[in-house]
Amino acid sequence: MGAISSLANPTRFLSWSSRLLPIVSVLAAVTLAVGLYLALVASPADYQQGDSVRIMYVHVPASYLAMMCYVVMAAAALGTLVWRHPLADASARAAAPIGAAFTFLALFTGSVWGKPMWGTWWVWDARLTSVLVLFIMYLGLIALWRAFDDPTRGARVAAVLILVGFINIPIIKFSVDWWNTLHQPASIVRMDGPTIDPSMLWPLLVMIAAFTLVFLALHLAAIRAEIYRRRARTTEIMIAARPASTAARSVAASPAGVPPQAAG
Amino acid sequence: MSAFSAIVGQTVSASFRAGGGALTGLLFFLTVVSVFPFGVGPDLNLLSRIGPAVLWIGVLLSLLLGLDRLFGQDREDGALELIMVSGEPMAVYVFARACGYWLAHGLPIVLAAPVLGLILNLTPLALGAVTLTLLAGSPALAMIGAVGGALTAGLARGGMLAAILVLPLSVPVLIFGVAAVNGALADPDPFLAPFLILTAFTLFSSVLAPIAGAAALRLGLD
Repeated sequence: MGAISSLANPTRFLSWSSRLLPIVSVLAAVTLAVGLYLALVASPADYQQGDSVRIMYVHVPASYLAMMCYVVMAAAALGTLVWRHPLADASARAAAPIGAAFTFLALFTGSVWGKPMWGTWWVWDARLTSVLVLFIMYLGLIALWRAFDDPTRGARVAAVLILVGFINIPIIKFSVDWWNTLHQPASIVRMDGPTIDPSMLWPLLVMIAAFTLVFLALHLAAIRAEIYRRRARTTEIMIAARPASTAARSVAASPAGVPPQAAG
Repeated sequence: MSAFSAIVGQTVSASFRAGGGALTGLLFFLTVVSVFPFGVGPDLNLLSRIGPAVLWIGVLLSLLLGLDRLFGQDREDGALELIMVSGEPMAVYVFARACGYWLAHGLPIVLAAPVLGLILNLTPLALGAVTLTLLAGSPALAMIGAVGGALTAGLARGGMLAAILVLPLSVPVLIFGVAAVNGALADPDPFLAPFLILTAFTLFSSVLAPIAGAAALRLGLD
């Protein structure tokens, strides 16, 4: 626990993440390139779906990350509520737009695949509807964060909503098992092994790894941006709180304009 | 217990006082339901088919109207701090507010629903089923709404934000409420199973929503 909490100190986080971020970004780019080659060129077309099956290589990783991102946010929300940790606040807030984007990507690719396969852009079945609700939850959370002037207070209130909304995640995961829906049931993580042919399973697994790395890179970068945004805000408030003459002088004296105690 | 009933009574009486909003909610319900036939056309067969869903959606929307007043006033005038230091559990306070909110805003709408069902061409059986499911399910809507009200207490334009936050969480209640009505009307669909799940939602949310609402209020204060 001691090691984790020292890594989670915002200043230390900024220093180690600045070294990690380029590595993760390059890894993500390489894996994504390999995955796209395997998925779009090297893998066979489906005997029934033809080339439309290739949409799956984007759809499945995006859907998995749409949920994974919420799980990350829920873990961060626990960190906010239990330990009141500023990095957990930043992590949850940074994850929300990324999660919303992946959820939209999942809905969009599903729609594009559904039009030729099911003959319709959209059906109101359990899986699609619960993912749509997840998308609205992400947007609602972003709206809630933006409504608070004070980011710390907003983070704590949003953490409560994140945990309340977590009910939706198991509903999405098991919707295809609980209800008889048009959406196909799970075919990779099953008790009796995956039901996808290995020639398609491998490109899919590479794409899932690539998307996870992309998420990691985006999330790290967004947390860093969030920490800097908060520091800039603290600095602004401190400058505004000072008498005008001293504020002008101290800004002129230190070009960075960042007071040492404005952490996180 | 006396504090509990005092808060419930205060919520109800404040809702019916001038500017209280309970009657506005009722009027809003009348308006929403009567706007539907203008939109979908006066086809009575169609209206009797979608009528239960229209009434359910009307109740759901009307219950969103008063959410900004639920905790907003207590936050502004400092009553919330007093309740926090009074030693009474915060969750009981939230539960009492939500109960009072349902009594003042929810119950009149539920009782008006069968009357409005008549102009939607509902059969007597459908009227009974809608009223029964609304009685069982609308407390859950009030409880979930209380969480939204607690999350946005003290925010400018918090009411609209509360509505956006509450609606996705209310979707399951709506689904099972309308499913139970359809089960009572069409033979192959079951009535009891969705109705019991609806009741379970009310019981679950009565326990969990006050805890979540209390956490949101406490964390939003300092």
